[in-house]
Amino acid sequence: MIKVYLDNASTTPILPAVKEAMLPYLGEDFGNPSCIHSWGDVAREAVETAREQVAQLIGGNIEEIVFTSSGTESNNFAIKGLALAQQNKGKHVVVSAIEHFSVLHSAKTLEKWGFELTLVPVDKYGVVDPDDVRKSLRKDTVLVSIMHANNEVGTLEPIREIARITREHGVVLHTDAVATAGTVPVDIKDLGVDALSLAGNQFYGPKGAGALWVKRGVRIMPLLDGGVQEGGRRAGTENVPAIVGLGKAAELAKADMTRRTEHIARLRDRLLKELPARIEHVVVTGHPQDRIPGNASFCIEFIEGESMLMLLNSQGVAVTSGSACTSRALLASHVLIAMGLSHEIAQGSLLFSFGIDNTSADVEHVLEVMPPIVERLRQMSPLYSKFIKASKGGK
Amino acid sequence: MPAYSAKVMDHFMNPRNVGEIENPDGVGEVGNPVCGDMMTFYIKVQDNRLEDVKFKTFGCGAAIAVSSMVSEMAKGKTLDEAARITPKLVAEELEGLPKQKFHCSNLGAQALNKAIEDYRSKQKKVAGGKENERQKTRRR
Amino acid sequence: MKRIYLDYAATTPTHPEVVKAMLPYFTESFGNPSSIHACGREAQTAIEQARTKVADLINARHDEIVFTGGGSEADNFALEGVAFANESKGNHIITSAIEHHAVIETCRFLEKRGFNITYLPVDGYGRVDPDDVQGAITNQTILVSVMHANNEIGTIEPIREISRITKEAGVLFHTDAVQTAGHLPINVTELGVDLLSMSAHKLYGPKGVGALYIRKGIRLIPLIHGGEQERGRRASTENVTGIVGFGRAAGIAREEMAGEAQRLTALRDKLIHGLQEQIGSLHLNGHPVNRLPNNVNVSFAFIEGESICLTLDQENICSSTGSACSSASQEPSHVLLAIGLSPELARGSLRLTLGKWTTEEEISHVLKGLPRIITKLRAISPLSTREE
Repeated sequence: MIKVYLDNASTTPILPAVKEAMLPYLGEDFGNPSCIHSWGDVAREAVETAREQVAQLIGGNIEEIVFTSSGTESNNFAIKGLALAQQNKGKHVVVSAIEHFSVLHSAKTLEKWGFELTLVPVDKYGVVDPDDVRKSLRKDTVLVSIMHANNEVGTLEPIREIARITREHGVVLHTDAVATAGTVPVDIKDLGVDALSLAGNQFYGPKGAGALWVKRGVRIMPLLDGGVQEGGRRAGTENVPAIVGLGKAAELAKADMTRRTEHIARLRDRLLKELPARIEHVVVTGHPQDRIPGNASFCIEFIEGESMLMLLNSQGVAVTSGSACTSRALLASHVLIAMGLSHEIAQGSLLFSFGIDNTSADVEHVLEVMPPIVERLRQMSPLYSKFIKASKGGK
Repeated sequence: MPAYSAKVMDHFMNPRNVGEIENPDGVGEVGNPVCGDMMTFYIKVQDNRLEDVKFKTFGCGAAIAVSSMVSEMAKGKTLDEAARITPKLVAEELEGLPKQKFHCSNLGAQALNKAIEDYRSKQKKVAGGKENERQKTRRR
Repeated sequence: MKRIYLDYAATTPTHPEVVKAMLPYFTESFGNPSSIHACGREAQTAIEQARTKVADLINARHDEIVFTGGGSEADNFALEGVAFANESKGNHIITSAIEHHAVIETCRFLEKRGFNITYLPVDGYGRVDPDDVQGAITNQTILVSVMHANNEIGTIEPIREISRITKEAGVLFHTDAVQTAGHLPINVTELGVDLLSMSAHKLYGPKGVGALYIRKGIRLIPLIHGGEQERGRRASTENVTGIVGFGRAAGIAREEMAGEAQRLTALRDKLIHGLQEQIGSLHLNGHPVNRLPNNVNVSFAFIEGESICLTLDQENICSSTGSACSSASQEPSHVLLAIGLSPELARGSLRLTLGKWTTEEEISHVLKGLPRIITKLRAISPLSTREE
């Protein structure tokens, strides 16, 4: 059977070269980097090489990189750590309504700890208006966190403009770059942010390693207390093989970014154009131009995401959906709702995310199997028959 | 995420009794798209038995499989028998449903019951209407 | 010459069988377990199988295991999770003075957030007195955290006795079992603990993965917020390869534990006795009998631990002074100070921890080389000349 993996936003496969780089650290070079003997030295050097590779990917300094276990941990660390470190200055935090749950729920935890939280809205494309950020700032605002690009609809946010505002007001700005780092050029100086999260499993590195970049001089409280690993900012024996893999993935991403982006965006554009041409009542979600190269997200009206996913899976196609039924919390995607889509439309959400291994044959396969799947589910849908009756009645 | 039983997958991939009945004797609709799933059941009644059952469903794999199973279980049963189909029985017939799917997606029995109620209330109206006719005749 | 690794308490090599089990999940089965398509489900199944194996290792139920990013995270999660979930009941936590930094530093953080912490003293062997636990409990106490065995000096704590007290008082009990899980038989019901931390890379599994046992019915506030992974208790895409490796390592440990403990105890005692016979002014740290089968910790008067380690390293023997995690900081080990060692003796400590690939020849080799090194270092120490 044809197998088409179009769920690179959930996780990317690991590049063979990345796996090769990791293997020695699962084998003979197993040392604990904190140890002062030669096993420790080998492991420590490997971690430091990876730190340099990650720093170079985003244009940071090596001592500004803290390794974590994932993008989620990086975001938890950033939101809680940056806010707690400044709580004497003030207890107000600003984040957008479409942040990843690791940012949103961390901010809600801060609320329980006595912070106040402002959620900045987005427009129908999922774009934050920098002016809304400006208006939300108060004397006691200590942290703003706006994602670099949204993971569900792919929309890129105007971080540079927002950074100008936060800098003016002396407020720390964090950006969740999990969906962008290693995928599109990310330069912390150009963006003007103070802290940035990234994760290796989004750009062909392993699961189990992420990083938080924190600008020199910006104070942060640890999320994990204990030993003095990572300059005292993150306790826990370093996951050496995964960190090595993250470093290697960063190096490869930087070297190969233009070629990857062109390839992926070409496939994505084809699907964005062709799918609505072949199927009626399809809404493209996210910004038409300012979006990450791999993201093609839609809402297919009158039907539900999970049933589409299952039928696509039976045709060998792996994708994801923001429908309530597919979420473990049984709630429709907060991103789609924040963009003003109705719950009914949001239920039909479908996200295709392209990666470097995809080919135009994959797009072809999707375009072939999608129309009958949609047709079949619409034939079953009471919403669709109501719509048909209403439009007939209208005539 | 959902680890569906083979039975659920079968009913999802090959749902039975999908569609609408023209001039149905009863219609039952439950759920709304906000909470995820929506089901409409249509029934045709002959001699107090469900001669035909059809459905349309907007929802996830479990919702579709549940609708299909309920339609199959109900067909041919008397109204009283069909009214005794519960979500638990449906889940059992499907060889189990994932925990998080049990409450939101297992609405098929409820939709069927609503269709039966709809039929019965229509019958009462019809019967009631005839009664009124008779009284009017008497008064005359 | 072949290197001799005697720092198994810092980290263990990943078992080749474990690596083999992990490899497919790097490439072929790389899916995100949260995805409902086939790739994701494969990963999910692998995680649940690993969860069963880890649960079996400590006789817990499958749904009582939450995977974390390591032992430190499991400790942080246990303490903060219980503290914040029980704020309305009380704000007092009892722990010991010799806990791992992951517990001690988390307690310091909780102090800043308004909790009162009692740090119980230990005796000269590093043992917590259960009576001290009893005496410290107030009506504000919500949690007791005492480690199963100490990572530096190897002393095993009287967990059963303490759990009898906490149970009676209706207080939750956490134990950091990072050093014991996979090495000593653990039955959470018999131990009577409510929460227990583990780490994979201490039992021949990979780094970057640990677990917290949470007895059924106990509610914790998550440490890492976000998605609904680990049934809402720990957000983040699961480290599938790491978790699979942990499961395999737990399975192997369960089979080999009994024989291995016996073998290592014999080697350990040979090493301790050999050193005691050959080197004067030597102090054995930790309990002579109730200690981890693989732990040797000694202090040499007049000399400094790091210089011993470095000299040993020159001779291809890998050891540790203080704990692995504290070697980056300059302070003498808080554990050695707590058992009453002077700062000088604490600085002169050497930890040799044995493991699966340690042989009798290696121990003989160390017994031949170490006395010579100690004599050499003492010869250049101003402290020893002053003493003479």
